[in-house]
Amino acid sequence: MKVLLFGIAKDIIGTSIFEMPSQPKYPTTVKELKVILVQMFPDFAKLSSFAVAVNSEYAHDDEALQLNDEIAIIPPVSGG
Amino acid sequence: MKNTFIDIVDKIDTAQVYTDLIDAHSGGICVFVGTVREFTNNEQVISLEFEAYKTMAINEMQKIAEEAMQKWSLNKVVIRHAVGIKKITEAVVVVGASSAHRDACFEGCRFLIDTLKERVPIWKKEVFSNKSVWVSAHP
Repeated sequence: MKVLLFGIAKDIIGTSIFEMPSQPKYPTTVKELKVILVQMFPDFAKLSSFAVAVNSEYAHDDEALQLNDEIAIIPPVSGG
Repeated sequence: MKNTFIDIVDKIDTAQVYTDLIDAHSGGICVFVGTVREFTNNEQVISLEFEAYKTMAINEMQKIAEEAMQKWSLNKVVIRHAVGIKKITEAVVVVGASSAHRDACFEGCRFLIDTLKERVPIWKKEVFSNKSVWVSAHP
């Protein structure tokens, strides 16, 4: 399960594509993904907020994740 | 006929937006250009660096454009954002709208830039002489 990273999220993990560990199991929802990332990389908890996009759309915490989804971490946006 | 112009580009051509928005049914064209300001909280900025999640950014920009067109009956809409390193005074974003009467394009234009800043996945890093900071990342 691959996760795309942008902005400060890329700096926190140190890569632009992160491979989620398969053990103990892949996250099955957006919420589970967020919990795992915060556990592995506590700096995520210091952000103002961070969202998850699934297949280029903002996703709710209870949205299910499939292995072949395009998943991305969306840290606070600052365009314009 | 094409009536929305949605782009992520390396460099903004500020003349192009006017050409895009010219429209026979419109009595007004309104444009906002966002540029690189030299000082942030009295600290001198050297440059800004923009990064986009391109497919999703285009997707969100298209939704914002269509929402604005419907709400204010706009005839044409442009949302164009630059990525990469931008120096002081350079244009980084341009939004614009044309409509039958001016109120609609003024209000629509404001909505375009305000909503872009809220939800389009684009990130800005401020580069100073001694550090660089992702804007809005931390409370």
